[in-house]
Formats: sequence, structure tokens, C-alpha cells
Amino acid sequence: MNNIIFILFVNFLKIGLFSIGGGYAIIPFIQEEVVNTHNWLSLQEYTDIITISQMTPGPLVVNTASFVGIRIAGVLGAVAATVGSILSGFIISIALYNFFKKHKDIDSISNILKGLRSSSIGLIGSAASTIILLAFFGTPSFDINEMSVNITAIIVFIIALFLLRKYKLNPILIMVLSGIVGLFFY
Amino acid sequence: MELNKLKVYFLLFRFSFSISAFTFGGGYVVIPMMRKYFVKDLKLISEQELLEMAAIAQSTPGAIAVNIAVLVGYRISGLKGAVITCIGTILPPIMILSIISFFYQSFRDNNIISSLLKGMEAGVAATIVDLLIDMWQGVLKEKNLLLTLMAPFAFLANFVFNVNVLYIIIFCSVLCLAQSFIKNKLGGVESE
Repeated sequence: MNNIIFILFVNFLKIGLFSIGGGYAIIPFIQEEVVNTHNWLSLQEYTDIITISQMTPGPLVVNTASFVGIRIAGVLGAVAATVGSILSGFIISIALYNFFKKHKDIDSISNILKGLRSSSIGLIGSAASTIILLAFFGTPSFDINEMSVNITAIIVFIIALFLLRKYKLNPILIMVLSGIVGLFFY
Repeated sequence: MELNKLKVYFLLFRFSFSISAFTFGGGYVVIPMMRKYFVKDLKLISEQELLEMAAIAQSTPGAIAVNIAVLVGYRISGLKGAVITCIGTILPPIMILSIISFFYQSFRDNNIISSLLKGMEAGVAATIVDLLIDMWQGVLKEKNLLLTLMAPFAFLANFVFNVNVLYIIIFCSVLCLAQSFIKNKLGGVESE
């Protein structure tokens, strides 16, 4: 039992370490490890996890780790796998942060930080566009055949954006309200 | 003092937990929430710092949402803060996935849940666009052409051409390094 907990921890440490960039880019990598190499999940179960990840809070890596962990070794397994999956990010992001803070008075480093902010906006915009496509047209790609325009979603989007810009409404409140609209219109 | 510290720890846990519990889709969706609580309400970090953290979080291995939470906690109260926000962030998915793993089939087929989630998509999109508008205005204030062009460049590279995030970030960093290097050289010539 202790052995399997350790194996879960080490393998999800590895998965966490190699899943850089987040989101959809890491789906094949996790699949290779969890489905093909270790047979911890069937392909169907793994596809289900991706769906769950889109439907529930929490990042894909963490969700997969929790799900696999609990299937293989109960709650303790879930904790071991989850901690393994986030550990490298925890250590490396703090190390990078410290490096930048320590040297932020150097001109070139502060310029890199400004560049990071700027490129970050573009990347967030890219993620936002995927979500907008999914909400408005039901598909994350530009395939005309699969697109179906969702008027309700567009109206909700416009009203929500107006409320946020004009009245600075709480984002969580916006989510709850748009969820309630979803209940009535879908 | 001790009480104050405990209060900050409690706030860190409370906000990272509720952000994680309400953030569907993970990743960048947490940034508008982080801004609302830690930048606007508590004023514990600045908007610029949050963007830097977002950039560091996405160039580091692991889940972006967890990495950002860790950095916010670390910035506010050191290693202890990082551990607290980290636990606060991973606890909701562990609990939710544990429950769902037993009821997956009925959860997936539940009409109420799926329409609730479908409705939330548009709301999520709006909160991110709101954030983008504010942050973009911040970049324009820098009046630096390279920085102004960098955001649309990163967007195109990632969204249209599917370039890996890590490469984009490294490329932008090198460009900025080159820019400050050239500026320094020119500045040196002028002062001579």
C-alpha cells in the first residue's frame, strides 16, 4: 500500500514537471503516462476526466491526479498524487520569482519583466478567445460546419461585460448569475 | 501582531479556496478573481505584480492556477503563505473529484448541471475580457512600441499559430533583453 502511494507520488511529480504551458497542450502527455504506460485509467475514463475538468473548477493536472489517486489508493492516494503534481511548479515558480525580484533594479531584468506582462496579456487573450468561441459557437476551432451561433451566450456576454465595466461587479457574482441564466435558457 | 498574521493567513486560505472552488476551466480564469480580491479589495499586491506572476506561472511546469496562487501567497507572507494558498487551491478539486469519481455517470448526464455550466461559459468570457481591457490600458501607458506590439504578437502566435507558451515567453524575454541592451548602448553614446 505504501509502495503504490510512493509510485503515484513519483509519477505525478514527473507529470507535473513536464506539463509546461498548461491547458490543452498537456493532454497528450498525461494520456501517455496515465493510460498507455501505467494503465491506471482506460481511454474512456481519461476522456471523461477532460470533460469533468471543463465542467468543474480546478486545473486538468490536479483533477487527473486526484481522480487517478482516489481510484488506485483512496484519499491518501489522491493527496499523494496531487501533491506530486504541483510540487515542481511550487518550487520552480518561487525560485524564478525570487530571481526576478532580487535583480529587478537591473535595467535589463526590469525590461524583461515588462515584456512578460505584455506577452502575458496576449496569452490570456488567446485563452479568452478559445472560451469565447466555445461559448458563442460551441466549438473551439474555426470550423464553419461545426459552428452554431448561440444568441443567448452572446447576450449574456455583453450584459456581463457591461456590468463589470460600469458597476465593477464581483466576478464570482457574474459567474453565478450567468449560470442561473443558463438554467433557464438551455 | 500575531493575531494580524493569523488573520492574513486566514484571508489567504479563504480567498484561494473560494477562487479555486468557483473557477471553472482553470488556468487564466483565476486571474480576474485574484485581481478582484488581492489587488482591488485587500490591496496586498499591485496589478503589475499580478501580471508578472501570471507570466512566471505559465513559464513554470505544473498547473498555472496553482502556480499563481503559490506566488500570490509567497509574495504576501513568504513560504508559509505559499503553502497556505497552495492547499487552499488544491483542496476544492480534490474534494470535488473525489465525490464525482463515485457519481460520474449521473453527473455527466444531469441536465441542470450541464446547462448551469454552459451558462457560466459566457460569464467567464466576460470577466476575462474585462481584465484584458484594464491590463491593455496599463501596457499602453508605458509608451514603449515593443511592449505595445508584444501583446498582439503573443496572442497571434498562441491562438492562430498554436506556438507553445514557453517559446513565446522566452522569445519575448530575449527581445526585451536586446531592447534594453541597445538602449543602454545608445544612452552611453549620448552621455559621452
